[in-house]
Amino acid sequence: MRIVAKGLTYVYNPKSPFATQALKGVDLTIEEGEFFGIIGHTGSGKSTFVQHLNALIRLTGGELKIGDYDLADKKCKVLELRSKVGMVFQYPEYQLFAETVKKDVGFGLKNFRKGISEEEADAAIREALRVAGIDYDEVAEKSPFELSGGQRRRVAIAGVIVTKPEVLILDEPAAGLDPLGKKELMELLHAIHGQWCKTVVIVSHDMDEIAENCTHAAVFSEGRVALCGTPKEIFSRGDELAAMGLGVPVTARAAQIMRGRGYAVNTDFTCDDFVNKVLALYRAENAAGAPAGGTHKESAGGAGDAE
Amino acid sequence: MEEFTTVSEAAEEGVPAQAEAPVPAVRFENVKYTYDDDEEGTVFAVNGVTLTIRAGEFVAVLGRNGSGKSTLAKLINALLRPTEGKVTVFGLDTADAKKAFEIRKSAGMVFQNPDNQTVASVVEDDVAFGPENIGVPREEIGERITAALEAVGMTEFRHATPSRLSGGQKQRIAIAGVLAIQPKIMILDESTAMLDPKGRREVMDVVKKLNKEQGMTVILITHFMEEALEAERAVVMHRGEVVMDGTPEEIFARADELETYNLTLPRAAYICRRLQEAGMPVGNAFNAEELAEAICASLQKG
Amino acid sequence: MLNDVTFGQYYPTKSFVHNMDPRAKLLFVIAYIVAIFIANNFFGLILVTLALIFFILLARVPFGRVLRSIKMILFLIVFTAILNLLFYAGGENDIVLAQWWIITISWQSIINTIFLAMRLLLLVLGTALLTLTTTPVALTDGIESLLKPLKYIKFPVHELALIMSIALRFIPSLMEETNRIISAQKARGANFEKGGLIKRAKAMIPVLIPLLVSAFRRAEDLGDAMDARCYSGAKGRTKYKKLTFTWRDLLGLLFFAALITGIVLLNTYLLGRFDIIWQVQQWFGI
Repeated sequence: MRIVAKGLTYVYNPKSPFATQALKGVDLTIEEGEFFGIIGHTGSGKSTFVQHLNALIRLTGGELKIGDYDLADKKCKVLELRSKVGMVFQYPEYQLFAETVKKDVGFGLKNFRKGISEEEADAAIREALRVAGIDYDEVAEKSPFELSGGQRRRVAIAGVIVTKPEVLILDEPAAGLDPLGKKELMELLHAIHGQWCKTVVIVSHDMDEIAENCTHAAVFSEGRVALCGTPKEIFSRGDELAAMGLGVPVTARAAQIMRGRGYAVNTDFTCDDFVNKVLALYRAENAAGAPAGGTHKESAGGAGDAE
Repeated sequence: MEEFTTVSEAAEEGVPAQAEAPVPAVRFENVKYTYDDDEEGTVFAVNGVTLTIRAGEFVAVLGRNGSGKSTLAKLINALLRPTEGKVTVFGLDTADAKKAFEIRKSAGMVFQNPDNQTVASVVEDDVAFGPENIGVPREEIGERITAALEAVGMTEFRHATPSRLSGGQKQRIAIAGVLAIQPKIMILDESTAMLDPKGRREVMDVVKKLNKEQGMTVILITHFMEEALEAERAVVMHRGEVVMDGTPEEIFARADELETYNLTLPRAAYICRRLQEAGMPVGNAFNAEELAEAICASLQKG
Repeated sequence: MLNDVTFGQYYPTKSFVHNMDPRAKLLFVIAYIVAIFIANNFFGLILVTLALIFFILLARVPFGRVLRSIKMILFLIVFTAILNLLFYAGGENDIVLAQWWIITISWQSIINTIFLAMRLLLLVLGTALLTLTTTPVALTDGIESLLKPLKYIKFPVHELALIMSIALRFIPSLMEETNRIISAQKARGANFEKGGLIKRAKAMIPVLIPLLVSAFRRAEDLGDAMDARCYSGAKGRTKYKKLTFTWRDLLGLLFFAALITGIVLLNTYLLGRFDIIWQVQQWFGI
């Protein structure tokens, strides 16, 4: 499903002294199949925007279409939409409640598909847990509170993907995890993206994470989309990001400095690509045998222009 | 500010002048700790740790979740008492229940969740909580609050409500609450884990400043490798044991070993290593600036 | 949706009322409540209303902010008023307007209802003004100080005050958390709006359990944090905020003494509650 927002506005506590305009006209399109990143400070409007996507916040200004669902339409089938747009909140493991893992994962399924047979539900739960990297036979009858933190997060994610949503949105999915936990979680999201949910949207503060994983990203600032494009396009504009108080990935920062020194690396800012491009540069340098750095400016290409 | 410098001076004065080996800030002697003590074949969260932290040191404790690093932290200020072995803080044994008060006065602790550490609904009342507990006279509490808030750069929020502040600001208030007790050691138990990059930066800047300017002993428990680079010493925990101990640069130079403990390198160091493995002669680098320098230097030589 | 509850919501500004001693304010609120209940005619209540308006102006809190506190208990007020209107058991002299089965509406019951509603409203608004102008911490300090004599009968005054202030402090956190959990469960298809009372209560289980678990986790964290900051009970503890009576409180004291005296005088020298009926009849020649 394609997500199209036009001129989206939203005000918290309207008509009160505490009124704050969280969204001031958001225009954003997320194509089907993308692994989309949403970047921005706390208070930039990104959470408000994301909560619009499955009607947790009802549309009050502007247009929002998700596939065939028109959120501006009062008759829009919200429950149906929610089953197709899954939403994983921050620290989702704290929202588990049922006495067994199986019941918790099945909660959404039974809400969305009333009267689903036990066998069918069981199969779906088994499948969702498998995708989330959890062994059904081992944990299904356990209390979610007996599991480790990392396992609980996976169970919580299984509880959302169990309805096979077409779009999966995750708010800071890796928050609080240690480096390996983060890496494993991102691998899980790629697996889900490949075989389960067509579109994945993550909200993240971690620029390296965005650069490594996303096909496209949008930067929110003060209730608007300030930048939108591929990570390569976005992180080439380090100065603009800095002006918004945001950083860039290590690769982008290094590339920026190198460009200032006369070495242009035309990279998409993933670690792999950066390493390959630097190595290519090094080999070219060696082959040419010419130590001068200033002659390589012509390869600047899409890496943007710092000069 | 004045009080803090006097405290750190006092800490230095407290060191016996004649001794070659000054009293360490924290000393672990073959310490074991288990959460379930009556079972046979128990799992030790901390399993035979021997470690000395000097006064004024800035130590980062690294490790995966569940490696025992938080247990280690709680053993220092007597929130937990060792099952086996001995923990001393400036020579005071934490096993002695009567000393707990003294120990906590000299070893303050900031926790992970910024929402769960404040007791009061107004910043200054919260900062006052510690000094009130240790019986500081009223007039002095006011001065301590002023100094503590200044040290963390939160002076203008003295009358604010903590629940309205950002995560980074809340943690700075928590630090101020500890500073007002005037401890010699500041333990941060994953205090940056729940913060955004901006909040993390704020907390790290405050902590570094306390260490540099006031000689505060800092023990930073974290799983952000980049944060460890700001410390002068890094200790790696794995399954309850201290498995690596050295400067952060030394630790990160032993990448293969780190990997066996399921830890990753800081990203810049990782890229650097990949380049080295591919045969490019680049020097070690730990952040983006150093990485760019190293690559440029290598390219120029090439 | 849970954010606009006025409870414990301090309105931060500087004013005469904000600067008063919380103990004095607590005593004044008690005096104010006494005034409301000893007033037995409309003149007395109007006098109390004027006093309230005077204090709201003095506190520099917007009227809308004070009025918002009614929202929470509006239902209660309307409910009691209706009950009172329909089932007021009057005396023999009641001027009955309508009667059906056990329901009687008389001039007296109408008057009584208006009187009751006014009392309730004044009660709520006055106490709301207290919480709007006094931080929860000051309030609990005030209560602790006023209850101090009870220490001698081993009543845990300090602990009680601390529990109260911590509870107040955690209300915003828990509300935020509640909202987040509700959203998360809604995203999983939960429906909190449909169905009867029992069904809706059942629907709350996926919210209440995580909330409870989280409250316990918070309590544990907070316990550690308090221990780490050397908390060891009331013994040997000092207090940063000293409560001192000032000229403001003296003025307040005089004001409330005057108010109560005024109401007693009005009660004695002016007409009773129902005499207004007689008066209205006089005015309109009914």
